[in-house]
This record gives sequence, structure tokens and C-alpha cells, in this order.
Amino acid sequence: MHRFEYFAPESLDEAITLLKEHGDGVKLLAGGTDLLVQMKEAGLHPAAVVSLHALTELRGLEFDEADGLHVGAATDMATIEAFAVVRERFAALADGAGVLGSVQTRNMATLGGNIANAAPSADTAPPLVVLDAIAEIAGPDGSRRLPVGEIFAGPGTSTLAPDEILVGFHLPTPPARTGSVYQRHTPRKIMDIAVVGVAVQLTLATDADTIREARICLGAVAPTVIRAREAEEALTDHEASDELFAQAAEMAQAAASPISDVRGSAEFRRYLAGVMTKRCLGIALERAKGA
Amino acid sequence: MAEKRTVRYTINGRSHEAYIEPNRTLLEVLRDELRLTGAKEGCGTGDCGACSVIVNGKVVTSCLMLAPQADGAELITIEGLAHGGELHPLQQTFIEKGAVQCGFCIPGMILAGKALLDSNPKPNEHEIRQAIAGNLCRCTGYTKIVEAIAAATGGVA
Ligand SMILES: Cc1cc2nc3c(=O)[nH]c(=O)nc-3n(C[C@H](O)[C@H](O)[C@H](O)COP(=O)(O)OP(=O)(O)OC[C@H]3O[C@@H](n4cnc5c(N)ncnc54)[C@H](O)[C@@H]3O)c2cc1C
Ligand code: FES
Ligand code: FES
Repeated sequence: MHRFEYFAPESLDEAITLLKEHGDGVKLLAGGTDLLVQMKEAGLHPAAVVSLHALTELRGLEFDEADGLHVGAATDMATIEAFAVVRERFAALADGAGVLGSVQTRNMATLGGNIANAAPSADTAPPLVVLDAIAEIAGPDGSRRLPVGEIFAGPGTSTLAPDEILVGFHLPTPPARTGSVYQRHTPRKIMDIAVVGVAVQLTLATDADTIREARICLGAVAPTVIRAREAEEALTDHEASDELFAQAAEMAQAAASPISDVRGSAEFRRYLAGVMTKRCLGIALERAKGA
Repeated sequence: MAEKRTVRYTINGRSHEAYIEPNRTLLEVLRDELRLTGAKEGCGTGDCGACSVIVNGKVVTSCLMLAPQADGAELITIEGLAHGGELHPLQQTFIEKGAVQCGFCIPGMILAGKALLDSNPKPNEHEIRQAIAGNLCRCTGYTKIVEAIAAATGGVA
């Protein structure tokens, strides 16, 4: 790796000041599983690296029934996946964190890094979007809040300014009878990148299988993660059934605008988006009934 | 701040320090500065697991960790598993099951196995395979490695 200046600030303010001072040539470092690969292989040569590892306030999870779930941006995937409330109430996030990379990758990779890196295949992005997550972002002029979907601007491009830091994610407590899921398809079983990722969250009426709210988010089939809004609307206020799910899956498939690459052709990805949406609707329904 | 600095680690219970530039990875410092050459560089990009070491109780790929990021950490490397001439149970079962061929992947493989057994002393085959999914082996076909880890589940230190 080329030489760079290295900083490990001990407060968020100090980190933001460092980012501001060093301008375009500076990169934040969290788990390093994207950044170091880019610095070694993709010709990225930052003049300065600001590591977040000393900022303990950016790590950890907290849950409160009234306030919901807070996940620090520098929390690693293994910790997220192991957190009992995440597995029980925010299952799509546990699914996404649990399939990312290997044990080693999950011990290092952070939630903030996965989102800030802005790959359309980021495995925690569709889960965060269907779980209605709001990102808390700190910058030189204070902090702002943004729905996670709005951080994605294009493949590898985010709407974050170079001197902004993702501090954490806030996920509201899901209503009763709500279930969520994330699944991805990869050519290899593990250690591969999604050719299609689908997250679904369904909320059912208290006394029937009528869908009160549906959220569907697709990964890796467009320049950013995308909501399948037409499919969501088709599901809302209707009784869950195979036919309804098949219809919604077709609409989700139509929302996809994938590219062809070595992992799969556009046609294959579009088809798969439909198949996987239908499968995920079924799983979310079962989880919602059990919740 | 690109200038050299001292990093300190506790490796296998002993203190070590190195005087390095910040653009060195933990793997480079272990191998080139501290002469602990058990961890290997296969890919350098997190895919093969040959560089696996345990940092503060968690198995990581040391090729993707900057040396200063681990400053002050407790490390376990393959060099620390045998005690007083006695092999770690995993080392013993890897030999007994014939799970080692060229050996390049084995330090990482054994540390991934140790990380698994430390948190889950009785893993099933699926859990073992998941635990070593980030460790590539070009020689053995994995079957004997899985058997060796399973065989070590009794009486692990
Ligand atoms: C072997 C391997 C397998 C992988 N498999 C998968 C996979 O299956 N699915 C998947 O989605 N990804 C995968 N990845 C990619 C990567 O692990 C994830 O994207 C990870 O979540 C990145 O997090 P990090 O903490 O390592 O980020 P870093 O590499 O530290 O940072 C990534 C980017 O985000 C920025 N950044 C980091 N934290 C913040 C913050 N708090 N605020 C603002 N910007 C920030 C950095 O400046 C950098 O540009 C894999 C990587 C490897 C090496
Ligand atoms: S050398 Fe680190 S994972 Fe291959
Ligand atoms: S024994 Fe040769 S790579 Fe595993």
C-alpha cells in the first residue's frame, strides 16, 4: 500500500475536524474490508486515513420497546447477528448480517461501512430499507437524519459528504404481527456477492391475514437498492394468498433494471428477482403470523 | 503522521512491539517485523483466510487490518497453540486425521477451528463448514479438515 497519514481520533468532533482539514484526499476506515481491498487492488490512494476504531460510542446495539433499535455505525456484523432482539424482531437484518462474507469478514465488517460503501449488492441495505431505518449522520454543521435508501446514489457512490460520518442507525419497533426476511442468490453458496438480494417486511391485521403494510426492497438489480413500490401497493389491504404473492412478484420483477456481468445476465437477474420476491413474501408471512 | 510509530501487542501471552509506518498490515508486521511466519499471505484481499489470526478473541483476516488498528490488542497466532511441547487438540487431530497436505492453509484453518470451538464446543458438520467457509484449501478437499475439527470437540483446552 502507498503511504498515508494515519489518525485514530478519540472523539467524533476530532474525527470530523480531521476530515474537514484533509479534504478530498482523506478516507474513513472502519472494518477495512472494503477500503483496504480498494487501496490494495483498485488504485485508491488516500493521502490520509482516519480510523474509527477508538470511537467506542459508534459501537454496540440498544433496544427499547418505545424507542426502537439503535445500532452504532461501527458495530460489526457478528455482533449484530448475535444480538437476540435483532434475530427475533428485526430478522431481515440478522439475515443480511449473517450471510455477509465469512466468519472473519463478519468479525471486521461494520454496518456503517456496508452502507457508506454504497454497493447495490450490499447485503444489509435491503434489510435496513424494509425495516424503515433512519441513518444518523454527523458533519461539521451538526447532525442530520436520512432514510437509509437515500444514502445510495449510484454503484459505489453515496450522498454522504466527504466530511460526514455515519454515527448510527435507528430502527422503529415493528408492530405486532410483523415479519421480515432477507435472502440473496449467489452463484457460490458462501463468500460471494449477491446477484439478487430481496428483503420483505409484512405487517398483518390483528385478527386476519390481511396485509396492513408491505415493504419490498431489491438489491443488486439496479444502480442502487430499490423499493418495489407498485408491488407493495398491490399487497396492501389484501388478504395474503399465493396468487396475490405471484402478482406482486411479477411487479417486483418489472421494477428491476439489472446489468449483465460475470455473475449473471440481466434476464436471469430479473427473473430471479421475481422468484425470490415470491419466496420472501412466503417467509415474511410465516414470520408475521408467529410474531 | 505518516512517520513511524511504535505499536504494541500481546501475542500468545507475551509483549511485543514494532516500530512501523502506518501503511503496514498486521500480517506484514507479524511476519516481517516480529518473525511470526505462521500466518500466511495467500490473496491479500480477505478471500482465502491463510492470514487468519485471533485479535481480542475474534478471528480476523490480518491482511485487511492495518497494524496500528490492532495497537494494544491481545493476539493469538498459530505459534501460541502448543504448550510446553504438547500440541493443541486441534493440531493433534489434524495430524491424526491426515488433514494436512502442503500446509499453507493450515494455520488459518486451525485458528478458524479454534474460534469456533471457543464459542461452540459441540458444533455439527454444517456449523464446522460455515466456520471455515472463509478458509480456502487447494489440497485436501476439506473432508478430512472437517473430520479433524469434529474429532477435537472432546476436551478442547
Ligand atoms: C472476503 C470479503 C467478503 C465480502 N462479502 C460481502 C458480502 O457477502 N456482502 C456484502 O454486502 N459485502 C461483502 N464484502 C464487503 C465488505 O465486507 C462490506 O461492505 C463491509 O460491511 C464494509 O464494512 P467495513 O467496516 O469493513 O468498511 P470499510 O472498508 O472500513 O469502509 C468502507 C467504506 O465506507 C466508508 N465508511 C466506513 N465507515 C463509515 C462511517 N461510519 N461513516 C461514513 N463512511 C464510512 C469508508 O470510508 C469506505 O469508503 C466482503 C468483503 C470481503 C473482503
Ligand atoms: S491473505 Fe488474508 S485472506 Fe487471503
Ligand atoms: S493443505 Fe495445501 S492448501 Fe490446504
